[in-house]
Amino acid sequence: MKIALPVTSDKIEDQMNRTFGRAPKFMIYETETDTFEMVDNIQNLNAAQGAGIQSAQNVASSGAKAIICENCGPKAYQVLTTAGVEVYISESGKVAELVEKFKKGELKSSSSANVEGHWL
Amino acid sequence: MKLAVASGKGGTGKTTLSVAIAKSAKGKVQLLDCDVEEPNSHIFLEIKDKETKTVTVPVPVIDMEKCTHCGKCAEICEFNAIISFGGTTTMVFPDLCHSCGGCELICPEKAITEKPEEIGELTKCSVGNIKFLEGKLKIGKAMSPPIIRAVKNAAENDLLTVIDSPPGTSCPMIAAVHDADYVLLVTEPTPFGLNDLILAVDTVKDMKIPFSVAINRFDVGDDRVEKYCEAQGIEISLKIPDSRKVAVAYSKGISLDEAMPEVKADIRRFLKSIESAGRQN
Repeated sequence: MKIALPVTSDKIEDQMNRTFGRAPKFMIYETETDTFEMVDNIQNLNAAQGAGIQSAQNVASSGAKAIICENCGPKAYQVLTTAGVEVYISESGKVAELVEKFKKGELKSSSSANVEGHWL
Repeated sequence: MKLAVASGKGGTGKTTLSVAIAKSAKGKVQLLDCDVEEPNSHIFLEIKDKETKTVTVPVPVIDMEKCTHCGKCAEICEFNAIISFGGTTTMVFPDLCHSCGGCELICPEKAITEKPEEIGELTKCSVGNIKFLEGKLKIGKAMSPPIIRAVKNAAENDLLTVIDSPPGTSCPMIAAVHDADYVLLVTEPTPFGLNDLILAVDTVKDMKIPFSVAINRFDVGDDRVEKYCEAQGIEISLKIPDSRKVAVAYSKGISLDEAMPEVKADIRRFLKSIESAGRQN
């Protein structure tokens, strides 16, 4: 299963990015094979508005079926769930550790957005 | 003559001065409250009869029967108000829409129509010599320029018009100020006042509108605003002293010109001086 994480680099020992919509990149991690690919999101890092929506579209287009993030706003949540991407809200941590937690079923799927838009 | 009363920093006294200018002017005058996120000029006017209209903007509605999810509407939208993915899903976010109409034009299936979305209201009334217009953005709505334009479109052209502008130097301020003949930038003698005054000066210069500065509570704080104006060759056309009497009056909805009648003469002198200084159209 492919899962997405907002990140700043392609190193799994690095911390997950704090924001979802304005993350510079997404890591799309395949849990079956422990491989990943990167999706660039720099366009949304600098978007005037609607970054969360576009980022959610990017994640949906990547084929990911789940996303792990620290915070998710209402519009992004709406797009992700419409696209069939499950949202797992988690405290930040190293990407590798979060993937392990996900695999062990230690992360819970969220039934709503956890922050208002523009929360930062 | 359209006089916009603006500032970079909020809380410097735009409304205080706008109302005082309108009330001090001789003859008929228009006062436009374009600070539509928080209009408050009305507090200082004795309003009896008013007329209120709804302000709407057109936003897209997609007929999902006709939509093939080709994504052309999402592609043309500069404001991320429409997204489309997977060839199965197209979603509209009306709050982000700037009503450009591009999506409706580009849709090959003619699946997009526009519907009016209420974003606020426009109030008109007359108080003494003042024709007063106020725009008010609906709570939860983000886009104030369409309301500001609605206020301006409802105004008469040939009257002395005082525009109480929103603070800052972003789109709402530009929408309120861009067609003014003259801008009065209100500031306070503090580092914050100066910082935001510089931003406002740069903005107004860029729009090539004649302007001068009013310093509110000029006798407190420091002299950096005055030094900046002197160095830049910017005229300081009004100075309002700090006064507890004015503050107490303000808290009761009594305007500056009533609490401190001596400002009327200064304001009239200022109005006289800009008659010929305004932008020539």
